[in-house]
Amino acid sequence: MIPDLGKYAGAVLSSYGASLALLAALVAVSIWRSRRALRALREVEERVKRDG
Amino acid sequence: MIALFIRDIRLAVRAGGGFGLGLAFFLITVVLVPFAVGPEVALLAKIAPGILWIGALLACLLSLDRIFALDREDGSLDLLATSPLPLEGVVAIKALAHWVTTGLPLVIAAPVLGVLMSLPEEGYRWLVISLLIGTPALSTIGAFGAALTVGIKRGGLLLSLLVLPLYVPTLIFGAEVARAGATGLAVETPLVLLGAVTCVTVALLPFASAAVLRMNLR
Amino acid sequence: MGSIWEYANPKKFTRTVDVVLPPVAVLAVLALAGGLIWGFFFTPDDYKQGSTVKIIYLHVPSALLAINTWLMMLVASLIWLIRRHHVSALAARAAAPVGAVMTVIALLTGAIWGQPMWGTWWAWDPRLTSFLILFLFYLGYIALWAAIENDDTAADLTSILCIVGSVFALLSRYAVNFWNQGLHQGASLSLDKEENVADVFYYPLLVSIGGFVLLFVALVLLRTRTEIRARRTRALLARERMI
Repeated sequence: MIPDLGKYAGAVLSSYGASLALLAALVAVSIWRSRRALRALREVEERVKRDG
Repeated sequence: MIALFIRDIRLAVRAGGGFGLGLAFFLITVVLVPFAVGPEVALLAKIAPGILWIGALLACLLSLDRIFALDREDGSLDLLATSPLPLEGVVAIKALAHWVTTGLPLVIAAPVLGVLMSLPEEGYRWLVISLLIGTPALSTIGAFGAALTVGIKRGGLLLSLLVLPLYVPTLIFGAEVARAGATGLAVETPLVLLGAVTCVTVALLPFASAAVLRMNLR
Repeated sequence: MGSIWEYANPKKFTRTVDVVLPPVAVLAVLALAGGLIWGFFFTPDDYKQGSTVKIIYLHVPSALLAINTWLMMLVASLIWLIRRHHVSALAARAAAPVGAVMTVIALLTGAIWGQPMWGTWWAWDPRLTSFLILFLFYLGYIALWAAIENDDTAADLTSILCIVGSVFALLSRYAVNFWNQGLHQGASLSLDKEENVADVFYYPLLVSIGGFVLLFVALVLLRTRTEIRARRTRALLARERMI
């Protein structure tokens, strides 16, 4: 299925691997921070509403 | 303005003012290089202009945080900001004082250290000229970085991170002048470019630095 | 539709992101996957560079974004300084790590692509060197944001840094070209195809670029919303402490 990359297989595959890994990590961290920020905000807003 | 200038110079020269520190660091760095790359004279001569430029650049970096931090701590920065002196002028004067107490001594020390690095004979003149033209830019850019980090505790490392990339054009052209001069090649192009970078920097960056100081003092 | 400045309102911006982000994210994944799969599996090798030409689908888009992210940060910084819209300042802050990652990808793929041709993993090619310097600017910008406690002061200082950094980045680009070329030497080992890119490579490349751009938009929207929420949380906590 993977095309014959010839002698450059290592180069091409590692570029794709590294790039996609970095992008995936960036997306994962961004999503995680977003959820964490939302949770923290909801908590504080709850508290403020309760305590007035 | 002159009073401010003299005051800053006096402060730097006092014990603990960091005056000799830059020079000592310059010396130490240059001494370390042959230990790292080997004592072969031909190699040292080849890298001498670059190493001396880097040594001077790093030594400049050391005393940058003093430009504003001390004044901020005792409140004199606020006084200066509200005085009739334009803040841009204050910044320029302080950068000038930094240059006189740090950059200029480095320029004078460079030929001496050039001997340690087997700098070729023709190289001395251009090394000194390139440093003379380039170090004012280093002080001005450094003042900008110092203004940005003036409120940050132990911001020395951040100051270096911010300032060193800004030093790249000056370093490239300055070291090129020194290198070309040492090997007898033409120096006009990098010399003019070095001068241009310094002129533009010294003329315009104090405005940014003053704006930054005002933001930090609010 | 109203003026774009309506989105300067943090609440409206957040609500818009909530609605717009999912479709943008899906489109991004589709375009990115489409472009990369097309390029990786369905294009021929270059007769000069062999299969390494496939790296173009990563290198060119990431390099484009590395630069354009900084430009976007510059514009956002100016908008903050002039019109004091917090969303703008936070968008710049949000975009910086994205730009930094794009720069790293451009550097990695550039180095790997160049290795068979240069015989070394890093050859101080002027273009790649400029990206290395750009990466340092990104680091400094991100670090400054993190180091300043007051949100407004941080926005102000980082905006000035972005502006000054942009000028010096340009200066550095010319300096680096001079440094690794002299002014009159021949052409550099340029990886970017100023030569015409054959159609067979061009279209998948366009799709890849589209995918990267959409991914950038999705990430910046997501991260700006996060910054807005974090800022609001800090404000509420500060008020709590004062009562």
